[in-house]
Amino acid sequence: MAVPREGIYGLVAEFETPTELVIAARAAYDSGWRRLDCYTPYPVEEAAEVIGFHKNRVSLVTLIGGLMGLCAMFSLETWISTLAYPLNIAGRPTYSWPAFIIPAYEWTILFAGLSAAFGMLALNGLPSLYHPLFNAPNFRSGATQDKFFLCLEATDPKFDPAESKAFLEGFRPNSVVEVEY
Amino acid sequence: MATKDFKTEDPRIDPATGELRVLAPGQSFRSVTAKIADIVLTPHTSLGWLMLFSVAGSVATMLLVAVTWLFLKGVGIWAITQPVAWGFAIINFVWWIGIGHAGTLISAILLLFKQTWRNSINRFAEAMTIFAVVCAGLFPLIHVGRPWLAYWLFPLPLTMDVWPQFRSPLLWDVFAVSTYATISVVFWYIGLVPDFGTMRDRAKSKFAQYIYGMVSLGWRGSVRHWMRYETASLLLAGLATPLVLSVHTVISFDFAVAVLPGWHTTIFPPYFVAGAVYSGFAMVLTLAIPLRKFYHLEGLVTDRHIDNMGKVMLATGGIVAYGYGMEVFMAWYSASHWEFFMMWNRMFGPMGWSYAILITCNIAIPLTTLWVRKWRTNLTFMFIISLIVNTGMWFERFVIVVTSLYRDFLPSSWGTYRATKWDYMTYAGTFGLFTALFLLFIRFLPMIPMHEIKMMLPSARVNAESVAEAGD
Repeated sequence: MAVPREGIYGLVAEFETPTELVIAARAAYDSGWRRLDCYTPYPVEEAAEVIGFHKNRVSLVTLIGGLMGLCAMFSLETWISTLAYPLNIAGRPTYSWPAFIIPAYEWTILFAGLSAAFGMLALNGLPSLYHPLFNAPNFRSGATQDKFFLCLEATDPKFDPAESKAFLEGFRPNSVVEVEY
Repeated sequence: MATKDFKTEDPRIDPATGELRVLAPGQSFRSVTAKIADIVLTPHTSLGWLMLFSVAGSVATMLLVAVTWLFLKGVGIWAITQPVAWGFAIINFVWWIGIGHAGTLISAILLLFKQTWRNSINRFAEAMTIFAVVCAGLFPLIHVGRPWLAYWLFPLPLTMDVWPQFRSPLLWDVFAVSTYATISVVFWYIGLVPDFGTMRDRAKSKFAQYIYGMVSLGWRGSVRHWMRYETASLLLAGLATPLVLSVHTVISFDFAVAVLPGWHTTIFPPYFVAGAVYSGFAMVLTLAIPLRKFYHLEGLVTDRHIDNMGKVMLATGGIVAYGYGMEVFMAWYSASHWEFFMMWNRMFGPMGWSYAILITCNIAIPLTTLWVRKWRTNLTFMFIISLIVNTGMWFERFVIVVTSLYRDFLPSSWGTYRATKWDYMTYAGTFGLFTALFLLFIRFLPMIPMHEIKMMLPSARVNAESVAEAGD
């Protein structure tokens, strides 16, 4: 992905309450902004809704992971018990599928859980220890603590440093800051 | 009815619901962040912490000594022999795993049921789970006789071409416990990531910023990230719920699948799970009551939490009592001479004292007193009850393991069981290990999930009316 590594990343407005953030984010989305994001200290579902982020693929990744775990363990057990190392345990059939269910069940959960966690991180593009927003002077003292941020990104065709700044200031934020890469 | 015990002007009561408050009033995003993060970020380590840590470390050293001697001499240094071939190691394994289960119940099942009061105690209950699983996992590993070959338990392509036997409950245990440990750690870590971001941004020292920055994975609180994060958390909770039920079920299969009076019963899975949650909540109380006192967390871990945990203990204790009753009933109803003798011998035989302790600690004391709300919110009382229940639950496993084995079918093969000093040292040593790990956790990690507490504050809600007005 050819991301410009110099110039302006975007404009970031700081709000005091989640309600103000949602109002501003909705207005921006409604007026055609698509490359924008909100940053909050805890999940604010309404903010995601108004910027058009309605569903994600974490559940799908988890389902695929779980099915993989199930198939992997059950076939491993079957292969080991019938072909690789058949043992006569009190005359029971080598293919004792009811007994195989338990490890297969555990691996379903193991793979699904790992897929949910790592899939979520991967879809989020994490870990990424550097992000231009950390350059904003007020971002780190607020976004993970008690302030609510709306960022209009410079890659959006509607972006114009002066005009967008005026747009954001219309919502009476605490501040609007230009963020450099 | 019970609310009558309190006057309505009692500040602990939420006037809207008539229930005890989940969070004390008058807290803001900033005050919550500061309260929780500053416990960890202060450069000053309290003297009490250092003293406790050195005591815990010394006790953990005892474990090291006991295990070293075990590796040199073999499991013969323990009291296990015929007929009681399973002793302290299995008792302690089941007991520690059971303790861990409350952490998962709090973090997963109560999340699915939208019991938001659990947010305050979620993180350290989950830490308790992980450290309890560490202690539990140790026992089967050192019990295998040749622990350096413990990797044979896993299906690995070894040069000998030998593979595990999947029809054995002991192997099911390997998968159940290893999955449980992995998922618990992952769930716990994912929960910590946003809080690590907060710690990174609040830390004053370069070193702390660097470390918390690394472990926060660059978390920046984007709402898109948050939505995926919430989905993943819910899914992990949904997966951990059947997992936690399956873990103790599989552990009960270690017993129930054997054809032995006292073990071979179908009531074992549900009654093991209930017992696990019972002892686990007792352990959460044992940890939470002193923690909230020493770190002044009364505003976040309120009387409501203590009260609710008492109620959960009452419910699970009731299930456990039903399990004990059913065991006795089935011993009679089965009309099997062996079952009947086992139960009589368990209650009145030479080791009947252990059954008496079990009934006193698990049924007689807690299930008569926990009904009273005034007592459920009395911290000293609850702390003592939590210790009593944990003792009782340890004896439950002792009773199951030892009294089912020591007098079997042939009187000529009867024996007894008397733990050696190495048994006691190993068991006591795990307390040191557990406490030391827990102390490290409260010193270096935020022990209450900050973002989850913030979600519960009144100021966290988006005012839908204002949003609608602004749209017009």
